[in-house]
Amino acid sequence: MEGLIQPLIVAIFIGASTSLLGAFVILRKMALAGDALSHVALPGLALGLMFNFNPFWGAAGFLLLATLGVWFLEYYTTLSVDTLIGVFFTVSLAIGVLITPQQELLEALFGNISLLSWREALFSVFISAVIIITLLIVYKKLVLNMLSQELAQSIGVKNRILELVYLLVFALAVALGIRFVGALLMGSLVIIPAASAKNIAKSLKSFMIISVLLGILTTMLGIIFTFGSKTAPGPLFILISAGFFVITLIIRRFRFTLK
Amino acid sequence: MQILKVKNLNVNLSGEKILQNITLEVNRGEILTVIGPNGAGKTTLFKALLNMIPYEGEIKWEPNVRIGYVPQRLDIDIDVPITVKEFFKLRGKIANAKRIREALSFIQLEENILKKGLGEISVGQRQRLLVGWAMMDNPDVLLFDEPTADIDIYGQESILKTISQMRKKLNLTVILISHDLNIVSEYATKVICLNKKNVCYGPPAKVLTAQNLNELYGGEKAFYEHKHG
Repeated sequence: MEGLIQPLIVAIFIGASTSLLGAFVILRKMALAGDALSHVALPGLALGLMFNFNPFWGAAGFLLLATLGVWFLEYYTTLSVDTLIGVFFTVSLAIGVLITPQQELLEALFGNISLLSWREALFSVFISAVIIITLLIVYKKLVLNMLSQELAQSIGVKNRILELVYLLVFALAVALGIRFVGALLMGSLVIIPAASAKNIAKSLKSFMIISVLLGILTTMLGIIFTFGSKTAPGPLFILISAGFFVITLIIRRFRFTLK
Repeated sequence: MQILKVKNLNVNLSGEKILQNITLEVNRGEILTVIGPNGAGKTTLFKALLNMIPYEGEIKWEPNVRIGYVPQRLDIDIDVPITVKEFFKLRGKIANAKRIREALSFIQLEENILKKGLGEISVGQRQRLLVGWAMMDNPDVLLFDEPTADIDIYGQESILKTISQMRKKLNLTVILISHDLNIVSEYATKVICLNKKNVCYGPPAKVLTAQNLNELYGGEKAFYEHKHG
């Protein structure tokens, strides 16, 4: 039982931070782009595994470069960012798969949380807290920016800086979650709780709260169910959150027919 | 007193000249209306005025001017999880209960709309809301990008009437993108006809001539004569 506490704590924090981020990814309608973007972490992760440094930094470095690239393309070129993300980030997944040591590949793609040291666990909690606090500080501006950049600009929001902060938070959250669910499924951990919350939430407040609760519930249940087995937790997280998605869809349907 | 001065404004986006040599001046309390066909650069002009896009030339606002902006529409889903009240609150500290109530009474919406979803209310209500939102901070200037088709003309008239009364009361300056020449001739103190470059500029009675409109829209401009209702 004792071995369960540490991964559970980490799970709660990672679940909370990624699903809070997810709320903004969904509002921005970049669910697919966000998913593709998360694949960029894999080559960085692989480098960490190959050269024996913390894979978090490898993943974070690659994500940072990719998100800065997206930000730059969006503002300083007329290229279609969506297309570029679709092409290059899938390529990076392919490269990542090729260079990841074979015995580590499954873990890199689908995650593993039972191997975290206490130091890594504390680090994960700390980064999660940074993500949550940053998002809570800027969320009003962020939502406004997502509704209308012009409207945000008219009340003095610095859109470019704000979007940079958002992308950096995104990079950080994905790098953090990747150890946990793996490069292939990370995007879904960000997106599905928020997508489920959107099915039933009417206000911003309930949207954010439900998303975070579902994120926490998903990761906690995932840890509990995989505890003691050798199963990678990633796929189970996704199945659980998909279950919540279906439930919220039914609630939504039910509500609408009631009206 | 001059509140805005634009001199030789040029905007190029991806190698295309969107605005060429635009020069205009707006005094406090005026209603300047921007007219022109689709793709004439009207919204681009607003973006330049809001300092959102790179431009050449001079845009000089009166120092510390407060600008309220009403976008043409919000690109949102019907189920966007934000209530009207939360939308007001996005303005930050100034959106207290009293100011929200004042804004609602100004745009003539009932308080029960606060609980509704932002995507759920009608297009007309949402436009009123945007006007109220922009007016919350008591701006000196209102930039108003009028919606094209998706709002009924009576709603449009009444919101302009309210703004026009507000203008007299608060000495508000209004810069309006309009698609209805009847509205322009009724409310504007000054008109600029835009088709990438400045086609005509001046008081409506002088500017809205058949010849100018022909040049602006490139053909018969039947709807100037067309009366609504």
